[in-house]
Amino acid sequence: MRVNFTVNGRPQEADDVWEGESLLYVLRERLGLPGSKNACEQGECGSCTVRLDGEPVCACLVAAGQVEGREVVTVEGLADFAKQRAERGGCATGACGTDGKAGTSLQDAQHWAAKGQDSQTGEGTELSPVQQAFIDAGAVQCGFCTPGLLVAADEMLERNPNPTDADIREALSGNLCRCTGYEKIMDAVRLAAARQGEAV
Amino acid sequence: MPANGAPTKITQGTRTKGGIGESTLRPDGTLKVTGEFAYSSDMWHEDMLWGQILRSTVAHAEIVSIDTSEALAMAGVYAVMTYDDLPTDVRNYGLEIQDTPVLAHGKVRHHGEPVAIVAADHPETARRAAAKIKVDYRELPVITDEASATAPDAILVHEGRDDHHSGHVPHPNIVHRQPILRGDAAAAAERADFVVKGEYTFGMQDQAFLGPESGLAVPDEDGGVHLYIATQWLHSDLKQIAPVLGLPERKVRMTLSGVGGAFGGREDLSMQIHACLLAMRTGKPVKIVYNRFESFFGHVHRHPAKLYYEHGATKDGKLTHVKCRIVLDGGAYASASPAVVGNASSLSIGPYVVDDVDIEAIALYTNNPPCGAMRGFGAVQACFAYEAQMDKLADAVGMDRVAFRQLNAMEQGTIMPTGQPVDSPAPVAELLRRVKAMPLPPERQWESSEGSDVRQLPGGLSNTTHGEGVVRGVGYAVGIKNVGFSEGFDDYSTAKVRMEVIAGQPVATVHTAMAEVGQGGVTVHAQIARTELGVTQVTIHPADTQVGSAGSTSASRQTYVTGGAVKNSCELVREKVLEIGRRKFGSYHPAWATAELLLEGGKVVTDGGEVLADLVDVLEGESVEVEAEWRHRPTEAFDLRTGQGNGHVQYSFAAHRAVVEVDTELGLVKVIELACAQDVGKALNPLSVIGQIQGGTLQGMGVAVMEEIIVDPKTAKVRNPSFTDYLLPTILDTPIIPVDVLELADDHAPYGLRGIGEAPTLSSTPAVLAAIRNATGLELNRTPVRPEHLTGTA
Repeated sequence: MRVNFTVNGRPQEADDVWEGESLLYVLRERLGLPGSKNACEQGECGSCTVRLDGEPVCACLVAAGQVEGREVVTVEGLADFAKQRAERGGCATGACGTDGKAGTSLQDAQHWAAKGQDSQTGEGTELSPVQQAFIDAGAVQCGFCTPGLLVAADEMLERNPNPTDADIREALSGNLCRCTGYEKIMDAVRLAAARQGEAV
Repeated sequence: MPANGAPTKITQGTRTKGGIGESTLRPDGTLKVTGEFAYSSDMWHEDMLWGQILRSTVAHAEIVSIDTSEALAMAGVYAVMTYDDLPTDVRNYGLEIQDTPVLAHGKVRHHGEPVAIVAADHPETARRAAAKIKVDYRELPVITDEASATAPDAILVHEGRDDHHSGHVPHPNIVHRQPILRGDAAAAAERADFVVKGEYTFGMQDQAFLGPESGLAVPDEDGGVHLYIATQWLHSDLKQIAPVLGLPERKVRMTLSGVGGAFGGREDLSMQIHACLLAMRTGKPVKIVYNRFESFFGHVHRHPAKLYYEHGATKDGKLTHVKCRIVLDGGAYASASPAVVGNASSLSIGPYVVDDVDIEAIALYTNNPPCGAMRGFGAVQACFAYEAQMDKLADAVGMDRVAFRQLNAMEQGTIMPTGQPVDSPAPVAELLRRVKAMPLPPERQWESSEGSDVRQLPGGLSNTTHGEGVVRGVGYAVGIKNVGFSEGFDDYSTAKVRMEVIAGQPVATVHTAMAEVGQGGVTVHAQIARTELGVTQVTIHPADTQVGSAGSTSASRQTYVTGGAVKNSCELVREKVLEIGRRKFGSYHPAWATAELLLEGGKVVTDGGEVLADLVDVLEGESVEVEAEWRHRPTEAFDLRTGQGNGHVQYSFAAHRAVVEVDTELGLVKVIELACAQDVGKALNPLSVIGQIQGGTLQGMGVAVMEEIIVDPKTAKVRNPSFTDYLLPTILDTPIIPVDVLELADDHAPYGLRGIGEAPTLSSTPAVLAAIRNATGLELNRTPVRPEHLTGTA
């Protein structure tokens, strides 16, 4: 079958998709976007977390056909997504939308477009606050859990710019990490939240 | 220039930014946060096929027949291979004993053993084709424990053994046996005022690295193959792969792909040979990626163990003797079992002074899943048992548990049960003091002005309690781990370092075959090069087999050994650079001949700080390159009867205090805090050091309260091969992990450093168990602890 959907703001068309393929497989093997990871393919580890019309989901549990006509953001588009959210809302967190509600509305998600993929300028990679915080805090070791955690943490900070430790733990409880013992991940999310707070 | 193995110190200036001792950031960090870092499962090649492995559905059986015809006939299938299709007479592999068939030959010895392999144009086609292969099994009785393995009429898991351990083991179903006898334990037991005995059970833990076993094999035009792979040791893989393919090693080119964690689980081969075989058979690139279900069958696990201990002490609290017997289940194939036995026996009494010991460790061959390397490697199981014994004995003597440990703690100069003196700092009592001195977390943290925050309580968001029936407990433990490969192994590493001018800047390039598995070796290599060569820019060349072996990324050894090799090669490069400088500029300044010269901040300077030349000018038109091997001090084998011998390179120590809260009604445990104090010798990168300690600590907690591969004792089949049923700690399960780092230099090691990765995995588990015992008053002689063990419903 053919699947048309939008990934990181770019319309994509995947051909010859077998009906049993997951969104994760299509992203990784058909669209050249292996950033979403395949740690369990059982919906248990969160390493393949992407935004689907703004909602964080495990891409391994979404059938490719289900994303027809929908909007997907992966870790590859996270920096642009966060930047445009900040610019658009005039608010680094994206939580001060016009309707007064936290989070990215479906309409906002559909109007978002990445510029990253066409850029061949090779300038220093621009990172989202949460990406930079993961590097700075030492939250990355093997890095296999990192893409999913970044997408989940970014979404949490969008909803909740001032999370308590318990809030962070609850929001990230679907993302397994085997290397870090999670302490540096906690540090990274706290750091990203603090930096966002300063930026406002 | 210090000779190999001689005491080393920082001979070079430390003023260059980004050198050792700083928390520099990972060079691969940006790639890893943007999703661009290429892990082995991310490899892709035009026209590539997908490989799939058919695995045995039973644990022990003769293979009557294999029919591949239906699979071969499927559209999209390019190849199906069984044992009969292997290209050479070398059809087994293994780390130490080559007892593992590439594909099953006439018999399967464990659940999930590879029987056939398929290549197809889509992974689902490959899976369906594998499912169409008909294998007729005639099942055999399963051997699952010591009693069934050593029964007089026991079936031999491996017939006709002729490996180098088969001559000294008491039964062919015992892989290796290592006794350690020192002093006179029987006589010493007579002096004991208190004797405690215990039997302990340690469950089978999985490494559960997140990046699945995977790789891409690309056939080369010269008939060879190029393998892009996630592994812990490229050259060890190469040595095992090439003979099976019938290729000289130079025709099997290996490049390290991104490795999504390892923890010992990538020491053995998994899909390497299978992918190469299919690539060579089809002439096309072949990618294999395990899913999580298959990963549980695709690598060895931590040895489950039964441990039998007797400890004695005088009434003033001094240990008199230890007798112990450790039975490790090695499963169907040897893997690293012999070395695990060596560790378990030699480290079996822990970091304590005991002159009279009677120790025995064995590993069994059974039909359970093969077990081998996992972080802590034999020392973990022993630590769980000896620390439980130390608590029991302290209670019997009537002493404080920490004070009792401190009274018996080893120190520099203590003689190990193997007769080996501990010849560097061993701050066991101090680590215990430090971890005990940390402030305790406040009680009843779940209480807030808005009621109970269930996320802070046992049971968490399941909302099973608001504090009723919740009891706090505190426990302590300390452990000892060896660093590096022991028992006489030639544990060397190789580093190639080049220095040249690129775009007007002096640049160092470091090329090793070290497997970066997440530990941060690449960060540390760049720091060492900056410190030794005084440059800012360091390029880390991808790891491959075009440079000599780096040894394994295991045994807490890489910063010590490959770090040592990088340091050594940098020192050799520095000498050459200074020679060039003397040649070019020596006549301009007498200091070139008379002063101690350093490379700092891109310049040649005297130890007094006077600048003699810019490195750019020295290196103009020249590049300096050195590839050299580096070795730590040699070790000796343990005597097969007495266990005596200077078998270990270095020891590493950590202590933990665990604070738990237990819902005694439901048997649910919440670990509140796991404080750790560890001596690291010298923290080359403090941020990474703390990350290693916290990660190791959590893996120790996992096997204390949740992680266990359940093997059915009747069928030897694995019952929980998924992340749904094999539980890993989530961020909600995880306590805060405060870390106190001590830096007491080991004069024998580069920069005085100590291998750090494993020690925190040891003492974490017994500390949590001790805390749960403290909360509940239960004896708890097995780990992991499950709710039924706490509620009396087991």
